Amino acid sequence: MSVARPEVAPPVEAAAAGITPRTILEWIGNLPLHVAIIGLTVAWIVPTVGLLVSSFRPLSAFATSGWWTALSPPFNFTLDNYQHILSTSNLGTSFFNSFMISIPATVIPATVAAFAAYAFSWMRFWGRDWIFLALVGLLAVPLQVTFIPILSMFTSLGLNGTFLGIWLAHTGYGLPFAIYLLANFFRALPADLFESAEIDGAGTLTVFFRIVLPLSVPALASLIIFQFLWVWNDLLVALIYLGGTPEVAPLTVTLANLVGSLGQGYQYLTAAAFLSMIVPLVVFFSLQRYFVRGILAGSVKG
Amino acid sequence: MDLGQLLTVQLPTLLAVVIGVPAVLAGYIVVGELLVRRLPDGAQPGVRPWIWVGPALVFIAIFLVYPVFGTVYRSLLGRDGSSFVALSNYGRVLGDSAVVTAIRDNIYWLLLYTLFALLFGLLMAVLSDRVRYETPVKSLIFMPMAISFTALAVIWKFMYSYQPPGEPQTGTLNAVLNGILHVQPITWIQDERVNNFALIAAAVWGITGFAMVILSASLKGIPGELLEAARVDGAGQITIFRRVILPLLMPTITVVATTLVIFALKAFDIVYVTTAGNFHTDVLANRMYKELYLAGNFANSSALAVILLIAVIPVLIFNLRQFRAVEGRR
Repeated sequence: MSVARPEVAPPVEAAAAGITPRTILEWIGNLPLHVAIIGLTVAWIVPTVGLLVSSFRPLSAFATSGWWTALSPPFNFTLDNYQHILSTSNLGTSFFNSFMISIPATVIPATVAAFAAYAFSWMRFWGRDWIFLALVGLLAVPLQVTFIPILSMFTSLGLNGTFLGIWLAHTGYGLPFAIYLLANFFRALPADLFESAEIDGAGTLTVFFRIVLPLSVPALASLIIFQFLWVWNDLLVALIYLGGTPEVAPLTVTLANLVGSLGQGYQYLTAAAFLSMIVPLVVFFSLQRYFVRGILAGSVKG
Repeated sequence: MDLGQLLTVQLPTLLAVVIGVPAVLAGYIVVGELLVRRLPDGAQPGVRPWIWVGPALVFIAIFLVYPVFGTVYRSLLGRDGSSFVALSNYGRVLGDSAVVTAIRDNIYWLLLYTLFALLFGLLMAVLSDRVRYETPVKSLIFMPMAISFTALAVIWKFMYSYQPPGEPQTGTLNAVLNGILHVQPITWIQDERVNNFALIAAAVWGITGFAMVILSASLKGIPGELLEAARVDGAGQITIFRRVILPLLMPTITVVATTLVIFALKAFDIVYVTTAGNFHTDVLANRMYKELYLAGNFANSSALAVILLIAVIPVLIFNLRQFRAVEGRR
């Protein structure tokens, strides 16, 4: 990049100045930068746009031409792919199942983690720092190491292929991260807050429900979004604990099965994939700020 | 979908769980607290924390700690689960050529996925920092992070789709290669010279936003005066990047790299959906799944899971050190 940083005018100044010869010259000087950024961004969204456009194309067009041909007239779009895939597969049930799995598997760990994070941040107990260190260690453990003993346990309890089983498993798996994220936030709350509350005679419960939780709404939002998307998008855990039972399979499992089973009707996969992406995309674009914050807080920072 | 079943059984269950479980947990904490208050004053601070961390510790003990030991123990038993066979499961697994391929592919993932996700992430963070439309650019690059790897794999199956030469290429990549560069179409998913790299490229596409977001936050933390001082000293853009920005970003780059290494070792979904591990694209996590689910071989799959765990241990130790260093500074 031969572009010098000072040439990028601060937004306020530029807005005040309007379009002057100088700003135009700056733009031209920055052209390679703009081309690089816009080029990379376009390249980045092409795969998703391609899928989206393909999902609205009729079967006949799909086999004979690329999706980009649909962007010029005659525009020939249809909802057939969506209708077909919803009526011939159990994608509709899976859509519901994904909610059925994700919502409790978010609510339960968030609640349990909030209690624990409060204790880790503002109470003293034997082994506290060591237990917390162990949680940080557990963040890296591959879930594969847990499957076999839990499967045996679930089999003897009759929990294989049930929502309850996967709720419990996701709670256990999600807790180290959830506690880590919340405790980092709780700890940063000012200590005088707690001292003044104690002087007022407020008990632990009052401090937690009236002070800590309301102040931690951003952290809780990050955690809830993060965990929800994690569970919604999870394939492996669902395959292991629900894999053999189509009636309870979430979208990811059904979609993965369709990849193998569609054969001739391969193009219906576009509609199926897009259906599985709708909820994450809506959550992402409406609550992006919290999602990003969760990611930033979750990395073990140096 | 059976609407009756949905309305009479599942929906009420969901409502009951969403309202009931937090209510039960809140009830637990309130009752626990009331019980603690009946204890003598001196005993309260000793008991109270365990009420609060108790549920979390129970869950973690049952779903993470116990199974890790259980799997390590299981990996030392024979297929029937009763005879002690020491390390012979490991010997058999590591002697299996399919596992050797999986280890090779995991090493590809480890190196290429980590490297390219960091490179693209750093590039996008640094470039987008200089323009006013930074926010929309970053959010578009970041968007694949929101969708599942399963959907990601489907997206890329279509990107890589192949038609025999002469037929119209409907896959984006082959159309570009064939139509613009006049290269023969490539079977990206089957061709063993390229398929591992094709799968890794798809994964890099998905994770770059993650690296970008963290690096970008760290980049914005670099004080402007520092860069200004370097400029006053006559340093060029490239020198400033190499001598000032990069060293200051290094701790963050390391943190992102360790996370990416863990992701690379656990790579599963993309391989499972696109090739199911065929055409020499298998990875350890998929191998483990196959042994567990298709072969029902708990001995081999335990051994594979433990191999994955061992591969993660250096990163785990690094993370712990990092964490303690940060705590020490508090």
